[in-house]
Amino acid sequence: MRPLRLIPSNTRIDFVGKHRIAFGLSGLLVVASILLTLVMGLNFGIDFRGGILMEVRTEQPADISQMRQSLTGIGLGEVSLQEFGTDRDVLIRIQRQEGEEEAQIAAIDRVKEILGDSVEYRRTEFVGPTVGQELIEAGTLAVVLAVGAILIYIWFRFEWQFGLCAVVALVHDVVSTIGLFALIQHEFNLATVAALLTIAGYSINDTVVVFDRVRENLRRYKKATLGEVLNRSINETLSRTVMTSVTTLIALVALYIFGGAVIRDFAFALIWGILIGTYSSVFIGVPILYYLNPRRTEEKAADAAPDPAQQGDAAS
Amino acid sequence: MVHFAKWKIVLVLVICALGVVYAAPNLLPRDTVRGWAETLPRWLPVQQVNLGLDLQGGSHLLLRVEVDAVVQERLTSLVDGLRTELRSERIGYTELGVQGEAVTFTLREPADAERALEIARDLDEDLTVEIDEQNRVTARFSEDALLELQNNAVAQSIEIVRRRIDELGTNEPLIQRQGPNRIVVQLPGVSDPERVKDLLGQTARLTFHLLDEDTAPAQARSGNLPPGSVLLPSREVGPDGEPVQDYVVRRRVMVSGEALTDAQPTFQQGQPVVSFSFDSAGGRRFGDVTSESVGQRLAIVLDSEVISAPVIRSPILGGSGVIEGGFTVESANDLALLLRAGALPAPLTVLEERTVGPGLGADSISAGKAASVIGFIGVIVFMALCYGLFGVFANIALIFNLALILAVLSSLQATLTLPGIAGIVLTVGMAVDANVLIFERIREEIRNGRSPISAIDAGYSRALTTIVDANVTTLIAALLLFAFGSGPIKGFAVTLSIGIVSSMFTAIMVTRLLVVTWLRRRRPKAVPI
Repeated sequence: MRPLRLIPSNTRIDFVGKHRIAFGLSGLLVVASILLTLVMGLNFGIDFRGGILMEVRTEQPADISQMRQSLTGIGLGEVSLQEFGTDRDVLIRIQRQEGEEEAQIAAIDRVKEILGDSVEYRRTEFVGPTVGQELIEAGTLAVVLAVGAILIYIWFRFEWQFGLCAVVALVHDVVSTIGLFALIQHEFNLATVAALLTIAGYSINDTVVVFDRVRENLRRYKKATLGEVLNRSINETLSRTVMTSVTTLIALVALYIFGGAVIRDFAFALIWGILIGTYSSVFIGVPILYYLNPRRTEEKAADAAPDPAQQGDAAS
Repeated sequence: MVHFAKWKIVLVLVICALGVVYAAPNLLPRDTVRGWAETLPRWLPVQQVNLGLDLQGGSHLLLRVEVDAVVQERLTSLVDGLRTELRSERIGYTELGVQGEAVTFTLREPADAERALEIARDLDEDLTVEIDEQNRVTARFSEDALLELQNNAVAQSIEIVRRRIDELGTNEPLIQRQGPNRIVVQLPGVSDPERVKDLLGQTARLTFHLLDEDTAPAQARSGNLPPGSVLLPSREVGPDGEPVQDYVVRRRVMVSGEALTDAQPTFQQGQPVVSFSFDSAGGRRFGDVTSESVGQRLAIVLDSEVISAPVIRSPILGGSGVIEGGFTVESANDLALLLRAGALPAPLTVLEERTVGPGLGADSISAGKAASVIGFIGVIVFMALCYGLFGVFANIALIFNLALILAVLSSLQATLTLPGIAGIVLTVGMAVDANVLIFERIREEIRNGRSPISAIDAGYSRALTTIVDANVTTLIAALLLFAFGSGPIKGFAVTLSIGIVSSMFTAIMVTRLLVVTWLRRRRPKAVPI
């Protein structure tokens, strides 16, 4: 059987030549994401905002409007109900109650009193104001530190130009994911932050693979222009880039479809992240290098260290 | 690269075998394995993955120990002590009281400064005492003393929380300190933590006082309260949610709950009551108090609320008694439990609760399993389609990879959460990346006209740095997630980190071993990739 090839082996697509279009598109995407986030805001979950979340299952298909009616107007403020997974499962979100933690607990009791014992309480979560604030701080700190640590690692392994490009691509991916969450108003919670960090890791992973090839080709093709080297590197690694994205997407789509309602938003964020991460390493991360012109410093490094390509030849 | 040292082959085989052996118990039902754990020799791996509360169902509570309350209490008693001492030494003062975290007062006579400072220092050796030009004395606890106070309060609270929860008979509770003043309580299998929260929400400090029958509650409410008395509400509330009655109680504690040795719910004339017994010193004191005060009323006070105030009809000398107070069977049970477990040094506040019912947990497990299996099959089929025989090699490595992840999770007894399962699914997708890198490189080298052995060799050696670079960056993100994440998210970081490391091992070492063995046996003229 002939192996299946998603990407023909000798592509010669002029990625760098098209960079203006890609930069324009991505610029638009990032600006739109920032504007959307500022204008529409994120639909923060209780992890960050504090409040109560309950998932209940009814015996018959749930009458959400009737449940909504009985839960609003009992002085708990904003109550939102939503079908969750099946028509018997309802997700109830209640805004953070005025006052300290005790007020939240009292509100949970109140809801249980009204809904009674006929429903199954599948999940009850409440986050008090103190913890919510801390989770925001820890989440932001984690994202910022991750970006910083990755930047330092790339800087250490490559030249600064590479690090900068990788981080531009990464920020592009993270910002547009946040923008997407603002647009579709899916809940933004701790799991979303975890997804963002994973996307950051994946985005860098993808970019680094192409960078590695750029570094190798810069040494090998000393007479070629930078644009030619970049294009060649992207084309040579294109098959791998697509293959890895597809295998990861296969796994994530399985998670999205079969993993249950609790994990669906998380899988959704990751699927988007893989798509945008793949796009950005090919169309953004590497083409920016074109402007930063990393060549000269690379040659110096190549003189100092033995060429890995030659090592490989000697061993064979 | 094509050459494989003997010891390396052995090492790879041993690691894979260990992975399979340690992962194996997870394939069997939990109860079966638990039964085995008692009969099999101890060196055999019988540990299964530890399921998080979101998968097995249970309740997670984050509590804060209100340490400030302990400090305030100590400051208040310091005020009382100072008042008594200063009066008996006939030192004039004004404005004695608690100011933030300090006790302050102003001396009338500057000449008394030396003596006043000495009195304050003698009262409590942890105090630092200062006086300013306006003769204002400020006494506060040193940083070290406050820290010790906090540590003691938290340690003691954990002990009491454990005793109360043990009394409830919860299965394998986890009670841990977190940060300076917090306690995490995890209760597997508890799907309705209301009762637990109720029990933890009371400090349960029991004291016996005499009632001040010279002052009527109405008089006290209008502000006419003698210094030695205090107005306390009844614990019993009426239909309007207000206490049915107020009592004027003498401040002096006759006997306190610390002297209790036992408390049990029981019945007296058909009514639920709580019987209690004192240790010998407490019993003697209780006997003395009741003998001296026959005919007076004794207030039984729990957390500044009066449970009941019966008339002392005769001296109670046996060191035991009963508390009546309109209990239900359950409230009598709870009070007895609280009294047995002892009082908390400070109130606890529930900061966060996450409870998952057993139904959702079971659904999450089966959904997670389905997603993993389907994702896994999808990736395996795709790899075989794209890389043929080499894809099969990569798939074998992937199976060992999963076994290794499970083995590490089981033997570390790390907790597997639903996001953790997502981490495994993601790893399945990303794990083949290393192989994809190597295989694509081999294809390229073949296109460049190399012989099979040379191409495979170059493929592995050149892809290696890329694989390391790419994985280290993802690992950085995963480790930070572990450091800053909480609960289930930590579970995701754990499986992702383990997955990255084990996938590097299996993708590089295991597939290489398979490829090299195949090369030696078949000596192929072309690589089917």
